[in-house]
Amino acid sequence: MWNYLKRLYHKMGSPKWFYDISNKWLPWLIGVGCLLMGVGLVWGLAYAPADYLQGNSFRIIYIHVPAAIVAQSCYMLMAVAGLVAMVWRMKIAFWVMRAAAPIGVSVTAIALFTGAIWGKPTWGTWWVWDARLTSMLILLFLYFGVIALYNAIEDDELANKAGAILSIVGVINIPIIKYSVEWWNTLHQPATITLTKKPTMAPEMFIPLVLTIVGFYCWFAVWLILRTQNEILWRERRTKWVQQVTNHVL
Amino acid sequence: MHPQRKQRLLIILFVLAGIGIAVGLMLYALKENINLFYTPTQMANGEVPADRLVRAGGLVVVGSLQRDPNSLLATFKVTDGVAEVTIQYSGILPDLFREGQGIVAMGKLNAQGVFIASEVLAKHDEKYMPPEVTHALEQAHKDGKQDLESARD
Repeated sequence: MWNYLKRLYHKMGSPKWFYDISNKWLPWLIGVGCLLMGVGLVWGLAYAPADYLQGNSFRIIYIHVPAAIVAQSCYMLMAVAGLVAMVWRMKIAFWVMRAAAPIGVSVTAIALFTGAIWGKPTWGTWWVWDARLTSMLILLFLYFGVIALYNAIEDDELANKAGAILSIVGVINIPIIKYSVEWWNTLHQPATITLTKKPTMAPEMFIPLVLTIVGFYCWFAVWLILRTQNEILWRERRTKWVQQVTNHVL
Repeated sequence: MHPQRKQRLLIILFVLAGIGIAVGLMLYALKENINLFYTPTQMANGEVPADRLVRAGGLVVVGSLQRDPNSLLATFKVTDGVAEVTIQYSGILPDLFREGQGIVAMGKLNAQGVFIASEVLAKHDEKYMPPEVTHALEQAHKDGKQDLESARD
Protein backbone atom coordinates (compact mmCIF):
# COMPACT_ATOMS: atom_id res chain seq x y z
CA MET A 1 0.00 0.00 0.00
CA TRP A 2 2.73 2.44 1.02
CA ASN A 3 4.76 1.57 -2.07
CA TYR A 4 1.70 2.04 -4.25
CA LEU A 5 1.09 5.51 -2.80
CA LYS A 6 4.75 6.34 -3.24
CA ARG A 7 4.65 5.27 -6.88
CA LEU A 8 1.45 7.28 -7.42
CA TYR A 9 3.12 10.29 -5.84
CA HIS A 10 6.10 10.05 -8.15
CA LYS A 11 3.89 9.60 -11.20
CA MET A 12 1.89 12.68 -10.15
CA GLY A 13 5.09 14.63 -10.62
CA SER A 14 4.99 13.92 -14.34
CA PRO A 15 2.94 16.54 -16.19
CA LYS A 16 2.08 14.17 -19.02
CA TRP A 17 0.88 11.45 -16.68
CA PHE A 18 -1.20 13.95 -14.71
CA TYR A 19 -2.69 15.34 -17.91
CA ASP A 20 -3.70 11.88 -19.15
CA ILE A 21 -5.07 10.51 -15.88
CA SER A 22 -7.02 13.67 -15.02
CA ASN A 23 -8.60 13.54 -18.47
CA LYS A 24 -10.02 10.15 -17.49
CA TRP A 25 -11.38 11.51 -14.19
CA LEU A 26 -13.06 14.55 -15.76
CA PRO A 27 -16.24 12.96 -17.23
CA TRP A 28 -16.93 11.15 -13.94
CA LEU A 29 -16.43 14.26 -11.86
CA ILE A 30 -18.61 16.34 -14.19
CA GLY A 31 -21.35 13.68 -14.22
CA VAL A 32 -21.40 13.04 -10.49
CA GLY A 33 -21.03 16.74 -9.71
CA CYS A 34 -23.95 17.80 -11.93
CA LEU A 35 -26.14 14.97 -10.64
CA LEU A 36 -25.48 15.77 -6.97
CA MET A 37 -25.79 19.54 -7.43
CA GLY A 38 -28.97 19.12 -9.47
CA VAL A 39 -30.67 16.79 -7.02
CA GLY A 40 -29.38 18.64 -3.96
CA LEU A 41 -30.41 22.10 -5.17
CA VAL A 42 -33.87 21.10 -6.41
CA TRP A 43 -34.49 19.15 -3.22
CA GLY A 44 -33.11 21.89 -1.00
CA LEU A 45 -34.69 24.86 -2.74
CA ALA A 46 -38.06 23.38 -3.66
CA TYR A 47 -38.87 20.34 -1.52
CA ALA A 48 -37.10 20.71 1.84
CA PRO A 49 -39.41 22.20 4.49
CA ALA A 50 -39.04 25.84 5.50
CA ASP A 51 -37.26 26.56 8.77
CA TYR A 52 -39.48 27.12 11.83
CA LEU A 53 -37.81 30.47 12.55
CA GLN A 54 -36.22 31.78 9.38
CA GLY A 55 -38.80 30.55 6.90
CA ASN A 56 -37.48 30.26 3.36
CA SER A 57 -34.42 32.45 3.78
CA PHE A 58 -32.52 29.54 5.33
CA ARG A 59 -32.37 27.91 1.86
CA ILE A 60 -29.33 30.00 0.95
CA ILE A 61 -27.46 27.49 3.14
CA TYR A 62 -27.40 25.14 0.13
CA ILE A 63 -24.97 27.51 -1.58
CA HIS A 64 -23.39 29.31 1.36
CA VAL A 65 -22.16 26.28 3.31
CA PRO A 66 -20.69 24.32 0.34
CA ALA A 67 -18.92 27.48 -0.86
CA ALA A 68 -17.51 28.23 2.59
CA ILE A 69 -16.28 24.64 3.07
CA VAL A 70 -14.68 24.47 -0.37
CA ALA A 71 -13.10 27.91 0.16
CA GLN A 72 -11.23 26.56 3.18
CA SER A 73 -10.41 23.19 1.57
CA CYS A 74 -9.00 24.99 -1.46
CA TYR A 75 -6.65 26.97 0.76
CA MET A 76 -5.50 23.84 2.58
CA LEU A 77 -4.89 22.20 -0.79
CA MET A 78 -2.75 25.18 -1.80
CA ALA A 79 -0.80 24.97 1.46
CA VAL A 80 -0.13 21.23 0.99
CA ALA A 81 0.82 21.80 -2.65
CA GLY A 82 3.10 24.62 -1.50
CA LEU A 83 4.80 22.35 1.02
CA VAL A 84 5.27 19.58 -1.54
CA ALA A 85 6.56 22.09 -4.06
CA MET A 86 9.02 23.70 -1.69
CA VAL A 87 10.37 20.47 -0.19
CA TRP A 88 10.42 18.17 -3.22
CA ARG A 89 10.62 20.95 -5.81
CA MET A 90 7.81 19.32 -7.74
CA LYS A 91 6.95 21.76 -10.49
CA ILE A 92 3.43 20.48 -11.06
CA ALA A 93 2.60 21.35 -7.44
CA PHE A 94 3.51 24.98 -8.19
CA TRP A 95 1.18 24.88 -11.19
CA VAL A 96 -1.68 23.43 -9.16
CA MET A 97 -1.27 26.37 -6.78
CA ARG A 98 -1.42 28.86 -9.63
CA ALA A 99 -4.55 27.12 -10.88
CA ALA A 100 -6.21 27.01 -7.46
CA ALA A 101 -5.78 30.61 -6.26
CA PRO A 102 -8.42 32.27 -8.52
CA ILE A 103 -10.88 29.45 -7.75
CA GLY A 104 -10.34 30.11 -4.06
CA VAL A 105 -11.09 33.81 -4.54
CA SER A 106 -14.35 33.02 -6.32
CA VAL A 107 -15.72 30.52 -3.80
CA THR A 108 -14.68 32.69 -0.83
CA ALA A 109 -16.44 35.64 -2.44
CA ILE A 110 -19.54 33.50 -2.99
CA ALA A 111 -19.51 32.44 0.67
CA LEU A 112 -19.15 36.04 1.90
CA PHE A 113 -21.77 37.37 -0.51
CA THR A 114 -24.43 34.73 0.25
CA GLY A 115 -23.67 35.14 3.95
CA ALA A 116 -24.35 38.88 3.72
CA ILE A 117 -27.62 38.28 1.87
CA TRP A 118 -28.68 35.83 4.59
CA GLY A 119 -27.47 38.08 7.40
CA LYS A 120 -29.69 41.02 6.44
CA PRO A 121 -33.07 39.32 7.07
CA THR A 122 -31.82 37.01 9.83
CA TRP A 123 -29.53 39.15 11.96
CA GLY A 124 -30.66 42.55 10.77
CA THR A 125 -27.29 43.52 9.24
CA TRP A 126 -25.27 42.73 6.11
CA TRP A 127 -21.96 42.71 7.89
CA VAL A 128 -20.60 42.68 11.39
CA TRP A 129 -16.94 42.59 12.43
CA ASP A 130 -17.16 39.38 14.39
CA ALA A 131 -14.38 36.79 14.45
CA ARG A 132 -15.92 34.39 11.89
CA LEU A 133 -16.74 37.02 9.28
CA THR A 134 -13.45 38.84 9.72
CA SER A 135 -11.31 35.69 9.50
CA MET A 136 -13.20 34.69 6.34
CA LEU A 137 -12.46 38.14 4.88
CA ILE A 138 -8.78 37.59 5.76
CA LEU A 139 -8.95 34.33 3.79
CA LEU A 140 -10.16 36.30 0.76
CA PHE A 141 -7.26 38.74 1.15
CA LEU A 142 -4.78 35.85 1.50
CA TYR A 143 -5.98 34.51 -1.85
CA PHE A 144 -5.66 38.00 -3.33
CA GLY A 145 -2.16 38.22 -1.82
CA VAL A 146 -1.03 34.97 -3.47
CA ILE A 147 -2.40 36.09 -6.85
CA ALA A 148 -0.79 39.49 -6.43
CA LEU A 149 2.59 37.84 -5.78
CA TYR A 150 2.27 35.80 -8.98
CA ASN A 151 1.52 38.93 -10.96
CA ALA A 152 3.97 41.26 -9.27
CA ILE A 153 7.11 39.10 -9.48
CA GLU A 154 8.32 38.67 -13.03
CA ASP A 155 10.70 35.79 -12.40
CA ASP A 156 8.40 32.77 -12.50
CA GLU A 157 10.45 30.60 -10.19
CA LEU A 158 10.71 33.32 -7.56
CA ALA A 159 6.99 34.12 -7.86
CA ASN A 160 6.13 30.44 -7.38
CA LYS A 161 8.22 30.24 -4.22
CA ALA A 162 6.81 33.47 -2.79
CA GLY A 163 3.26 32.26 -3.44
CA ALA A 164 4.03 28.90 -1.84
CA ILE A 165 5.43 30.52 1.29
CA LEU A 166 2.43 32.83 1.69
CA SER A 167 0.09 29.87 1.21
CA ILE A 168 1.90 27.76 3.80
CA VAL A 169 2.02 30.56 6.38
CA GLY A 170 -1.57 31.62 5.75
CA VAL A 171 -2.87 28.15 6.58
CA ILE A 172 -2.78 29.28 10.23
CA ASN A 173 -5.95 31.22 9.40
CA ILE A 174 -7.89 28.00 8.68
CA PRO A 175 -8.16 26.72 12.29
CA ILE A 176 -8.94 30.30 13.32
CA ILE A 177 -11.90 30.36 10.92
CA LYS A 178 -13.05 26.94 12.11
CA TYR A 179 -12.84 27.62 15.85
CA SER A 180 -13.64 31.36 15.81
CA VAL A 181 -17.24 30.63 16.77
CA GLU A 182 -16.09 28.60 19.80
CA TRP A 183 -13.18 30.70 21.04
CA TRP A 184 -14.93 34.06 20.95
CA ASN A 185 -18.40 35.57 21.24
CA THR A 186 -19.57 35.97 17.69
CA LEU A 187 -22.80 36.82 15.91
CA HIS A 188 -22.27 33.87 13.58
CA GLN A 189 -23.73 30.65 15.01
CA PRO A 190 -21.56 27.61 15.83
CA ALA A 191 -21.22 24.75 13.35
CA THR A 192 -24.34 22.77 12.47
CA ILE A 193 -22.40 19.88 10.96
CA THR A 194 -19.57 18.33 12.94
CA LEU A 195 -17.74 15.07 12.44
CA THR A 196 -18.23 13.99 16.02
CA LYS A 197 -21.84 14.91 16.80
CA LYS A 198 -25.22 14.46 15.20
CA PRO A 199 -26.10 17.45 13.00
CA THR A 200 -28.46 19.92 14.67
CA MET A 201 -30.60 19.97 11.58
CA ALA A 202 -33.64 17.96 10.54
CA PRO A 203 -32.67 15.08 8.17
CA GLU A 204 -34.94 16.27 5.34
CA MET A 205 -32.98 19.54 5.32
CA PHE A 206 -29.62 17.93 6.03
CA ILE A 207 -29.45 15.30 3.25
CA PRO A 208 -29.76 17.82 0.38
CA LEU A 209 -27.07 19.90 2.10
CA VAL A 210 -24.70 16.93 2.08
CA LEU A 211 -25.47 16.36 -1.62
CA THR A 212 -24.68 19.97 -2.51
CA ILE A 213 -21.46 19.90 -0.46
CA VAL A 214 -20.18 16.76 -2.24
CA GLY A 215 -21.40 18.14 -5.58
CA PHE A 216 -19.59 21.43 -4.96
CA TYR A 217 -16.39 19.49 -4.25
CA CYS A 218 -16.78 17.65 -7.59
CA TRP A 219 -17.25 20.93 -9.45
CA PHE A 220 -14.26 22.38 -7.65
CA ALA A 221 -12.17 19.36 -8.75
CA VAL A 222 -13.34 19.76 -12.36
CA TRP A 223 -12.48 23.44 -12.35
CA LEU A 224 -9.10 22.82 -10.74
CA ILE A 225 -8.20 20.03 -13.19
CA LEU A 226 -9.15 22.12 -16.22
CA ARG A 227 -7.09 25.07 -15.00
CA THR A 228 -4.12 22.84 -14.10
CA GLN A 229 -4.27 21.19 -17.54
CA ASN A 230 -4.17 24.65 -19.12
CA GLU A 231 -1.17 25.50 -17.02
CA ILE A 232 0.55 22.24 -18.03
CA LEU A 233 -0.11 22.73 -21.74
CA TRP A 234 1.20 26.27 -21.66
CA ARG A 235 4.32 25.56 -19.65
CA GLU A 236 5.16 22.36 -21.53
CA ARG A 237 4.24 23.86 -24.89
CA ARG A 238 7.66 23.18 -26.34
CA THR A 239 7.56 19.45 -25.60
CA LYS A 240 6.66 16.86 -28.20
CA TRP A 241 3.73 15.33 -26.32
CA VAL A 242 1.93 18.66 -25.90
CA GLN A 243 2.40 19.44 -29.58
CA GLN A 244 0.91 16.03 -30.34
CA VAL A 245 -2.05 16.53 -28.00
CA THR A 246 -2.84 20.00 -29.30
CA ASN A 247 -1.93 19.33 -32.94
CA HIS A 248 -0.03 22.53 -32.88
CA VAL A 249 3.66 22.92 -33.55
CA LEU A 250 5.37 26.02 -32.22
CA MET B 1 14.27 10.94 2.58
CA HIS B 2 16.98 12.97 0.93
CA PRO B 3 18.82 14.95 3.67
CA GLN B 4 18.45 18.23 1.78
CA ARG B 5 14.69 17.71 1.43
CA LYS B 6 14.44 16.71 5.07
CA GLN B 7 16.17 19.93 6.04
CA ARG B 8 13.82 22.02 3.89
CA LEU B 9 10.81 20.24 5.37
CA LEU B 10 12.05 20.83 8.92
CA ILE B 11 12.74 24.52 8.25
CA ILE B 12 9.24 25.03 6.85
CA LEU B 13 7.62 23.17 9.75
CA PHE B 14 9.64 25.14 12.31
CA VAL B 15 8.74 28.46 10.69
CA LEU B 16 5.08 27.43 10.58
CA ALA B 17 5.13 26.35 14.24
CA GLY B 18 6.85 29.60 15.24
CA ILE B 19 4.35 31.78 13.41
CA GLY B 20 1.53 29.63 14.75
CA ILE B 21 2.64 30.20 18.33
CA ALA B 22 3.10 33.95 17.70
CA VAL B 23 -0.38 34.27 16.21
CA GLY B 24 -1.83 32.16 19.02
CA LEU B 25 -0.31 34.39 21.70
CA MET B 26 -1.47 37.51 19.88
CA LEU B 27 -5.05 36.26 19.60
CA TYR B 28 -4.97 35.23 23.26
CA ALA B 29 -3.79 38.71 24.27
CA LEU B 30 -6.50 40.30 22.13
CA LYS B 31 -9.22 37.94 23.39
CA GLU B 32 -11.31 40.71 24.95
CA ASN B 33 -11.15 42.84 21.82
CA ILE B 34 -12.06 40.01 19.48
CA ASN B 35 -15.18 39.11 21.45
CA LEU B 36 -18.07 40.72 19.63
CA PHE B 37 -20.12 41.46 22.75
CA TYR B 38 -20.07 41.59 26.53
CA THR B 39 -22.16 39.09 28.47
CA PRO B 40 -24.57 40.22 31.22
CA THR B 41 -22.18 38.71 33.80
CA GLN B 42 -19.35 40.91 32.56
CA MET B 43 -21.70 43.92 32.80
CA ALA B 44 -22.75 42.99 36.34
CA ASN B 45 -19.08 42.65 37.33
CA GLY B 46 -18.38 46.17 36.12
CA GLU B 47 -16.06 45.06 33.31
CA VAL B 48 -17.90 47.31 30.87
CA PRO B 49 -16.94 50.99 30.78
CA ALA B 50 -19.95 53.27 31.25
CA ASP B 51 -20.89 55.73 28.51
CA ARG B 52 -18.83 53.99 25.86
CA LEU B 53 -20.30 52.40 22.77
CA VAL B 54 -20.17 48.62 23.31
CA ARG B 55 -22.13 45.53 22.33
CA ALA B 56 -24.11 43.43 24.78
CA GLY B 57 -25.38 39.96 24.03
CA GLY B 58 -27.54 37.31 25.63
CA LEU B 59 -30.87 35.53 25.55
CA VAL B 60 -34.03 37.62 25.86
CA VAL B 61 -35.65 36.67 29.18
CA VAL B 62 -39.08 35.13 28.61
CA GLY B 63 -41.82 37.48 29.80
CA SER B 64 -39.54 40.50 30.10
CA LEU B 65 -40.46 42.31 26.87
CA GLN B 66 -42.48 45.48 27.40
CA ARG B 67 -43.50 47.70 24.51
CA ASP B 68 -44.47 51.31 25.00
CA PRO B 69 -47.98 51.70 23.53
CA ASN B 70 -47.30 55.21 22.17
CA SER B 71 -43.84 54.76 20.62
CA LEU B 72 -41.40 52.18 19.30
CA LEU B 73 -39.66 51.97 22.67
CA ALA B 74 -39.08 48.39 23.77
CA THR B 75 -37.64 47.32 27.11
CA PHE B 76 -36.45 43.80 27.76
CA LYS B 77 -33.94 41.87 29.80
CA VAL B 78 -31.19 39.62 28.49
CA THR B 79 -29.49 36.89 30.44
CA ASP B 80 -26.57 34.50 30.10
CA GLY B 81 -27.98 32.22 32.80
CA VAL B 82 -26.06 33.98 35.58
CA ALA B 83 -26.79 37.70 35.44
CA GLU B 84 -29.41 39.86 33.75
CA VAL B 85 -29.24 43.28 32.19
CA THR B 86 -32.09 45.56 31.09
CA ILE B 87 -31.94 46.87 27.54
CA GLN B 88 -33.93 49.78 26.14
CA TYR B 89 -34.29 50.17 22.41
CA SER B 90 -36.29 52.55 20.31
CA GLY B 91 -36.70 51.26 16.77
CA ILE B 92 -37.81 48.32 14.70
CA LEU B 93 -36.68 45.01 16.16
CA PRO B 94 -35.41 42.35 13.71
CA ASP B 95 -37.89 39.72 12.46
CA LEU B 96 -36.25 36.97 14.45
CA PHE B 97 -36.52 38.86 17.71
CA ARG B 98 -38.61 36.95 20.24
CA GLU B 99 -38.44 36.05 23.91
CA GLY B 100 -35.89 33.29 24.42
CA GLN B 101 -33.94 34.33 21.31
CA GLY B 102 -30.27 35.30 21.43
CA ILE B 103 -29.59 38.92 20.51
CA VAL B 104 -26.66 41.30 20.25
CA ALA B 105 -27.32 44.98 20.97
CA MET B 106 -25.02 47.94 20.38
CA GLY B 107 -25.28 50.91 22.74
CA LYS B 108 -24.15 52.45 26.01
CA LEU B 109 -24.56 51.44 29.62
CA ASN B 110 -25.98 54.38 31.57
CA ALA B 111 -25.40 55.26 35.23
CA GLN B 112 -28.50 53.32 36.33
CA GLY B 113 -27.12 50.14 34.79
CA VAL B 114 -29.63 50.19 31.93
CA PHE B 115 -28.24 49.49 28.48
CA ILE B 116 -29.51 52.04 25.97
CA ALA B 117 -29.27 50.32 22.58
CA SER B 118 -28.98 52.03 19.21
CA GLU B 119 -29.02 48.78 17.20
CA VAL B 120 -30.39 45.31 17.96
CA LEU B 121 -29.31 42.25 15.95
CA ALA B 122 -30.84 38.80 16.27
CA LYS B 123 -28.41 35.94 16.81
CA HIS B 124 -29.35 32.71 15.14
CA ASP B 125 -28.42 29.36 16.67
CA GLU B 126 -27.11 26.31 14.83
CA LYS B 127 -30.46 24.49 14.85
CA TYR B 128 -32.59 24.13 11.76
CA MET B 129 -35.91 22.32 11.72
CA PRO B 130 -39.26 22.35 9.95
CA PRO B 131 -42.18 24.11 11.70
CA GLU B 132 -44.07 20.81 12.26
CA VAL B 133 -41.21 19.52 14.38
CA THR B 134 -41.21 22.54 16.69
CA HIS B 135 -44.98 22.30 16.88
CA ALA B 136 -44.73 18.64 17.86
CA LEU B 137 -42.03 19.46 20.41
CA GLU B 138 -44.17 22.17 21.98
CA GLN B 139 -47.17 19.85 22.01
CA ALA B 140 -45.14 17.11 23.69
CA HIS B 141 -43.91 19.65 26.20
CA LYS B 142 -47.49 20.77 26.97
CA ASP B 143 -48.76 17.19 27.16
CA GLY B 144 -45.92 16.33 29.50
CA LYS B 145 -46.87 19.25 31.73
CA GLN B 146 -50.52 18.25 31.72
CA ASP B 147 -49.56 14.70 32.61
CA LEU B 148 -47.50 16.02 35.47
CA GLU B 149 -50.34 18.23 36.66
CA SER B 150 -52.95 15.51 36.41
CA ALA B 151 -50.59 13.18 38.25
CA ARG B 152 -50.28 15.78 40.99
CA ASP B 153 -54.08 16.07 41.28
